[in-house]
Amino acid sequence: MEPMLVLENVNKAFGGLKVTDNVSFSVMPGEISAIIGPNGAGKTTLFNEITGHLTPDSGRILFKGQEITGLHTQEIVARGMGRAFQITSIFPEETVLDNVRVACLSRLGQTRRSLRSVGNFSQATEQAFAILESLGLKDQAQRPAFELAHGDQKLLDIGVALGLEPKMLLLDEPTAGMSPDERHLTRELVKRLWKEFNLTLVFIEHDMDTVFGIAQVVRVLQQGRLLAEGTPDQIRSNPEVITAYLGEELA
Amino acid sequence: MTGADTKKEVIFWGLLAGIFGLLPVVSHNDYHLIMANHIIVWGLFAVAFNMLFGITGMLSFGQALFYGIGGYGVGLMVKYLGKAWFLPGMAAGVLAAAVLAYLLGFLIIRVSGVFFTILTLAFGQLAWQVTFRWYHVTGGDDGIQGIIPPGILGNKVFYYYVCLACVLASVWYLRSLSNSPLGLILRCVRQNPARVRFLGRHVRRNQRRVYVISSVFAALAGGLMSGVDNSVHTNMFYWTTSGEVILMSVLGGIHQFFGPFIGAALIKIIEDVVGSRTEFWPLIIGLLMMTMVLAFPRGVVGEFQMLKARWQWRALERARRG
Repeated sequence: MEPMLVLENVNKAFGGLKVTDNVSFSVMPGEISAIIGPNGAGKTTLFNEITGHLTPDSGRILFKGQEITGLHTQEIVARGMGRAFQITSIFPEETVLDNVRVACLSRLGQTRRSLRSVGNFSQATEQAFAILESLGLKDQAQRPAFELAHGDQKLLDIGVALGLEPKMLLLDEPTAGMSPDERHLTRELVKRLWKEFNLTLVFIEHDMDTVFGIAQVVRVLQQGRLLAEGTPDQIRSNPEVITAYLGEELA
Repeated sequence: MTGADTKKEVIFWGLLAGIFGLLPVVSHNDYHLIMANHIIVWGLFAVAFNMLFGITGMLSFGQALFYGIGGYGVGLMVKYLGKAWFLPGMAAGVLAAAVLAYLLGFLIIRVSGVFFTILTLAFGQLAWQVTFRWYHVTGGDDGIQGIIPPGILGNKVFYYYVCLACVLASVWYLRSLSNSPLGLILRCVRQNPARVRFLGRHVRRNQRRVYVISSVFAALAGGLMSGVDNSVHTNMFYWTTSGEVILMSVLGGIHQFFGPFIGAALIKIIEDVVGSRTEFWPLIIGLLMMTMVLAFPRGVVGEFQMLKARWQWRALERARRG
């Protein structure tokens, strides 16, 4: 089977600081995997390189077998890459429904239509409602997004990404800033969305219960370098990872 | 839009068409007619400007450029080719504005925020200078006088109704646009451009689109105005004209679609009422704007909506407490 995403010797430096140090790995279709590592390990930078916000200094990134290194974000998104952000990135003054609907309209190529009201675009509207239903946000569809609780805004951010019907979804710390209860719910939700939408899902996470609870593959970054890659069990028992990152917590 | 919103919208359109449609029937005063004509044409100009500012978040300080082109399109055609060219002149002005806005868009919509504002101001003033200095073509500071629309359009009342029809149709189109998918994308561009890129949409391209649309309707307003005043003047290009639509929009409320239209009506009425009593009327407008910006930043329409929402909430609370 052809991998969904391939990174080949990707490098990136900000001045003298290597933020991505010769990183190579492949993500298989349908896989749910986690990227972990201490703060400043280069996790979000790696996402930024995959989604075209940053261009690697060298190396190649292939998505669905085609090279996407150096392409604009818009083109990478059009090929089926979705992303939710670490700092929630939504349209605060629009309704919850319109936040998702604008993504659906965008995927359907209807964002240039200027005569009929958005409510008349039934395919996008139905799809948006279906996504809100999956996320448990349907009851709040008509509220402006800024009124939502923090956790719900994070979910909405994922909803915006899902509106584009991505093949691959990158989640940057989906449970950050949540209470243990919320975290548990989000964990289950991410797992359910992964199955429901047939996604190849990669998430960055600090919460180890989430990482070891739902990831099939775990990749560990340290100082821009890929320190280890394997199943949760392999990572848990990897001596290098234990000394470098997990410490006594899991030893 | 919910059912209640649709109903409110219908009522608003009914009021708008009713008040301005019946005015010439109720009052046979020429002065009132010209006043009403100024209000609706400025209203269109302000609403078109606010598509850029309130909706998309682009503060242009140079929409007078396109307003002037619309006016001088008619003025120059009538001056050199005769009054039969009034309507073709209007079409030419609008077309010229569309082409110029499209080309200029590539040049100035590469920068954001205050830099965009300064560039629009610079191009507006450039056009003003050219019109001012190029005396033997534009008439310079004398402007162009005696622009009388041909045939039945020369009738003041008939011309007023033509303006009203054009303004209502244009505002109707802009309203549909703001409720449409394109309008939604434009609002998203204002709120979170980075995320718009991540929807696979081009921020700059959408900004250029609305820049052209806004400029076309500014030019239409300029063209219509030439027939109201029967003259055009270099002032149409001057930065204070650009400033006036900003004031109107802020006064009425930039986050309410009809805010700028209400703002235009208020400014024109204040100018007229206060202006007939004291030459210091700009001072009154200045004080009013200061009060609005400091105390009522949502604008007249915005603050009104806020009051209504608060009142409804209180009624709801009372009902709950029994």
